[in-house]
Amino acid sequence: MTVVERREVALVDLLDRLLAGGVVITGDITLRIADVDLVRIDLNALISSVNAQVPSPFEELL
Amino acid sequence: MTGLRYVYAVCRPFGTPLQAELTGVAGDPPRALAHHGLVAVVSHVPERDFAEEPLRRHLEDLDWLTETARAHQGVIDALTSVTTPLPLRLGTVFRDDSGVRMMIEAREEDFLRTLDRLEGRVEWGVKVYAESEPQESAQPAQKPASGRDYLRQRRMQTRSHEEMWQKAEAFSTRLHEELSAFAEDSRMHPPQNPALSKATGRNVLNAAYLVPRANSEEFVELVDRTKGEVPGMRIELTGPWAAYSFAGETT
Repeated sequence: MTVVERREVALVDLLDRLLAGGVVITGDITLRIADVDLVRIDLNALISSVNAQVPSPFEELL
Repeated sequence: MTGLRYVYAVCRPFGTPLQAELTGVAGDPPRALAHHGLVAVVSHVPERDFAEEPLRRHLEDLDWLTETARAHQGVIDALTSVTTPLPLRLGTVFRDDSGVRMMIEAREEDFLRTLDRLEGRVEWGVKVYAESEPQESAQPAQKPASGRDYLRQRRMQTRSHEEMWQKAEAFSTRLHEELSAFAEDSRMHPPQNPALSKATGRNVLNAAYLVPRANSEEFVELVDRTKGEVPGMRIELTGPWAAYSFAGETT
């Protein structure tokens, strides 16, 4: 296997699975199921604010 | 300890005990809660962090989310070495043990069916990135001599980008067909946000494949062979994962 596979699991790959995968259990007894859309949207907002000082990765394409 | 119950996974009973040093979310070691021929793997978590309102707030905190996601994954990973777990979505919380037992009873048949479907299978993640064209980055951007020059440069740039996306799409489609034919099942995830992944290039394929553990080596070789096949395409393989992307109902 290559270096890519050996390094620590990337957070983004993990979130793809933990927030969009896994069994979703609904019902009265469940207090809360992570609302994927909500989390994704808020997370995106958070990330763009965190990265405001960092040059945009899209600059070359403009 | 009282508090709420955080559930990582549901499994069939497994003989091997979990590693003693394993800690789950909120630092609590996961324990097995057996009921009706199934086992829920559970941690006790404090209400101040995992009740509905604080949990909702925490999920927007990237540091908290990172820590919790890694702890959840650590437990699933440990389970994967002793059994085939059915992972639950992050943040599945019950009030007490009896809530967990009621959930198991209510979903028993689904769980057994899905566990059968996933038994001995793992998930592999395959991503394709289209890198910026080499000739473009190698060529120093020339200052346009005139307006017409500028427009010509823009046109050429636009055309070469279009060509790259077409090439990337064709490559991804072909790769996905090939891998899907080998795998038992596949799922598409949305392309990843580069701000979060910090990856270079544009993510054009983000897929998961369900593969019997016994065929994994062959699957990895299949992916490896496509690396470097088309210039400008970068392929990343992750896994083996527990079958997170296939834990839901079949489509």
